[in-house]
Amino acid sequence: MIESALTFGLVAVAAALLCNAYRLVLGPTTLDRVLAVDTMVVNAIALILLYGIREGTAMNFESALLLAMFSFISTVAFCRFLLRGDIIE
Amino acid sequence: MGTLIESLIAAHIVVGSLFIFVGSLGLVRLPDLMSRLHAQSKATTLGVGGCLVASMIHFGALQGRVSVQEVLIILFLFLTSPVTAHFLSKAYLHTQADPEADLPQAQGDSDWSTFGTYVQGTMRPSKPGIPPSDEGEASA
Repeated sequence: MIESALTFGLVAVAAALLCNAYRLVLGPTTLDRVLAVDTMVVNAIALILLYGIREGTAMNFESALLLAMFSFISTVAFCRFLLRGDIIE
Repeated sequence: MGTLIESLIAAHIVVGSLFIFVGSLGLVRLPDLMSRLHAQSKATTLGVGGCLVASMIHFGALQGRVSVQEVLIILFLFLTSPVTAHFLSKAYLHTQADPEADLPQAQGDSDWSTFGTYVQGTMRPSKPGIPPSDEGEASA
């Protein structure tokens, strides 16, 4: 039962990644693209989690935590650059 | 693993991935940046939380002990997702939004406080004729 649920979950998250790529290519403004990249990283975290359940190993969860940290810092830095013109003053 | 635990894990995986898909579908279908931000931040965080709970149950049943790494991930996401949404909306307000057409009217006689400026310890609002307030807060 878990295998079929995992297949469904992986397909759903991959479709979500395609939707984010659509918004990343098409988004009329820069902020749309920043939002799409941030959402892509969160979806990648979910993908790492589901893959870890499938393989039965918990070794990949540190990379998920690192991805979360990097996406947060990069989104905040980009928005701060758009607001101020500089990241660290 | 018993069938109860297996069905619990499967249900959490399915529900979590459905929320993630719906949250990203909102990026495609919704017309405005603010609507997309609202859909993405709420639904995606909840969906990843559901997948994380499934992972916690799975590895707890396999190893017989509670694993803390997943709790760290979801705690970090719950803390930082509102901050990124706040920054994105602030950038939208300052760069793209037309204050007359897009934003709802602020209550009372003052304007949205994010448009005011901070001059010598007082907050000067953006509309003329309003007295400056004494609370010192930087504008951005």
